[in-house]
Amino acid sequence: MSQAAENNEIERAEKKRLATSAQFLSFTLGNEEYGVDILSVQEIRSWEPVSRIPNVPSYEKGVVNLRGAIVPIIDLRERFHLGHGQYSALTVVMVLQALIGDKTRVMGVVVDAVSNVIDVDKKSVQSAPNFGSKVSTEYINGLITVNGRMVMLLDVNKLLKLDGVDDVED
Amino acid sequence: MSIDMAQFHQVFFEESFEGLDIMESGLLNLSPGEPDSEAINSIFRAAHSIKGGSGTFGFTEISDFTHVMETLMDEMRDGRRQITQTAVNLLLGSVDCLREMLFAVKEGKAIDAERVAEHKHALDLEQKNSGSSLQDESLPAHELLSGPAHQSASKVIGWHIAFSPHADLLKTGNDPVRMFRELSVLGELEVTADFRGVPDFYQIDPEECHLSWNLILKGDIGRGPIDEAFAWVEDDCDLAIQPLYQAEDLSLSASANRQQQPATESIVQAVISKPVDSSTAVIKEKAPGDEAKNKGSTSIRVDTSKIDTLINMVGELVITQSMLSLIGEHFDMSKQDQLKNGLAQLERHTRELQESVMNIRMMPINSVFSRFSRLVHDLSNKLGKKIDLKLIGEHTEVDKTVVELISDPLVHLVRNSLDHGIEMPDERIAVGKPETGTVSLEAYHRGGNIVIEVSDDGKGLDKDKLRAKAIEKGLLEEDAILTDKQTFELIFMPGFSTAEQLTDISGRGVGMDVVRRNIQALGGNIEIISELGKGSTISIHLPLTLAILDGQSIAVGDETYIVPLGSIIESLHIKEERINRVADKGETFLLRSEYLPIIRMHEIFKVPNVKTTKLSEGLLVVVEGQGVRCGLFVDDLLGQQQVVIKSLEANYRRIEGVSGATILGDGSVALILDIPGLVRLANQ
Repeated sequence: MSQAAENNEIERAEKKRLATSAQFLSFTLGNEEYGVDILSVQEIRSWEPVSRIPNVPSYEKGVVNLRGAIVPIIDLRERFHLGHGQYSALTVVMVLQALIGDKTRVMGVVVDAVSNVIDVDKKSVQSAPNFGSKVSTEYINGLITVNGRMVMLLDVNKLLKLDGVDDVED
Repeated sequence: MSIDMAQFHQVFFEESFEGLDIMESGLLNLSPGEPDSEAINSIFRAAHSIKGGSGTFGFTEISDFTHVMETLMDEMRDGRRQITQTAVNLLLGSVDCLREMLFAVKEGKAIDAERVAEHKHALDLEQKNSGSSLQDESLPAHELLSGPAHQSASKVIGWHIAFSPHADLLKTGNDPVRMFRELSVLGELEVTADFRGVPDFYQIDPEECHLSWNLILKGDIGRGPIDEAFAWVEDDCDLAIQPLYQAEDLSLSASANRQQQPATESIVQAVISKPVDSSTAVIKEKAPGDEAKNKGSTSIRVDTSKIDTLINMVGELVITQSMLSLIGEHFDMSKQDQLKNGLAQLERHTRELQESVMNIRMMPINSVFSRFSRLVHDLSNKLGKKIDLKLIGEHTEVDKTVVELISDPLVHLVRNSLDHGIEMPDERIAVGKPETGTVSLEAYHRGGNIVIEVSDDGKGLDKDKLRAKAIEKGLLEEDAILTDKQTFELIFMPGFSTAEQLTDISGRGVGMDVVRRNIQALGGNIEIISELGKGSTISIHLPLTLAILDGQSIAVGDETYIVPLGSIIESLHIKEERINRVADKGETFLLRSEYLPIIRMHEIFKVPNVKTTKLSEGLLVVVEGQGVRCGLFVDDLLGQQQVVIKSLEANYRRIEGVSGATILGDGSVALILDIPGLVRLANQ
């Protein structure tokens, strides 16, 4: 009986925690640290050669075959104008998914390294400061501090949307 | 135990829509005054199963409505009622109404009760009005105008029901007592059992029913609920239901009936004219249900024989697989030949399997063609033209997706033929053509394509008029020189319409360009041939399937691309002296006295590390797309193979010059080239 009560207790605590906090996967790009909602991360893979797509921005590296689905790969470093990284077998591709419209979209993003899973108290998230036109903060959901370092939380839906859904219509 | 009925809904809807199609085509083939009992029977059967199904699932509005239709048709079937054009049109309208109701129920929306009541009322009126002149079951006339709600007259004081079940009624799980109980809820019920049929005790079979009953049901009850109580046993018994009247009312009602006739007639007419209007509106704008229809049904009915072939092939595949694993277990070089044979077999079986799986997706184009009889019927009435529709090759099989997507463009083309192509009867006679125009729809296979042709023997396209119109609209330079083909193609330009007067049926200036775009989106193309005064033919070429393509792999630098085999004319090495430059930039080459532009793949796709940029060292692949020919300059040809088309748009977006992607044998992704798109890209 005590076991059951304990389980209930844990469940309740879990629910409470979910309501007020979220888990993010943090990763680095150069010297900066970013985070994405862990629920949107489908898998993490190592870099493998892509098939280039002609006449697209250079940060859209190409497409790969992910178990039969054609999935685009985006270089986040180049996307955010953080210079060009060298790809090695240690380069990491995070496969993210987002529900856009009524379809699930999957996309791989190239990042320098995946670092940690962080628990974030929703109350401690600050909104991103406005830099005017100098820095685009449109994909940043908010900022938090982890171990004295700033982590930028990215909006996956916007990030994935930027690569085309709007253009598809025309 | 409760069963979740919702799981059967999908099947019910599919069957019902199929039933409606049967009813519709049956009704269209029904000629007034000539009762064809087989045709009526099939319409009746379809209606009956819709009624039964909807009753089972609790869609009472539908079953009630169908019941009224069914009663009408029942009388036609028994020859108690003449088949009149009015009645047929009314039933057609009701089929439309029923279809809307089914859509509404399927989408979980409210049924348009007003429209339903209107139709029901009209059906009731029709039933009473001519039915009464043939038989004496007439109902009091003053009831006729008070609407369907009071259809069973107050003067009907009850019903006499003679019910004699066949011996095996009980074996079908039906229980007379339960039915009597149901009836007794409706009113005061007197039941008299008839024991005469009961055999000797020694011969009695306890599982058989030997009794028959006489029931008298008193009260103000409609016939509907009574029929419903017996609905499940109709085929297993002899049933006679007769109304009981109060004697003095009979004579009065008969005379009143005669007076009311004209009035009811006009109401029936009014309702008939409505469905015709709304059906053209359906064509014009899309019915509410059409969105759902366009998404296509997600299930498919497959001929069992196709599945049997499939099972056979899987069987063979399994045998080959076990043979191969046997070889693999104790492999040495002496078995190399066996291995090769095995692999060859495996390849053959895989290909066969692939083909037959694709075959499952194929369905006859009939499902699209059949709906045109209705369209032609309605439109020719509306336009006052006499038109025959000929369907040829309606059993030609096409991929399910193609069938679903081709319907709208075809509707547009047929409508154009009816409206603009075929002349009015007197005009036709004046130019010495038969009064009745012919529009034909033909489907056939040619090569890896399916060809669908819409042709009419109408007035054809006037080249001069087309030209003048195009110039007037600013779509064409005044001094442009066009071939006949190019002139006809003008009608596919956006914003082009030659109809002098825009009708609500067609000719709103949007249309042909949309049709062409839709067809191109399916990977097909559209052509028009026309002769002034003789008619026009529009042919649509479509790939047989949208999922697999015969491709030629080409190499450009380190990259591999797939060119659809169908668009390749030839591949050749070219000598430097056959290349001509226009303004030092545009390169052309002479192929059998035709100058073709050269598109350098590595330039328009910005491919790094190409083997050569000298035209004489690479290969030219001559391709054709949408009537434009050009030479693609590539490094090398790799090989031909069937490729499975994967969408780039699912996770990414459309890329100009690329129609899709595929996965190669080594797991890497190759892009499939879209030739018309490439040409556009090169022209930018």
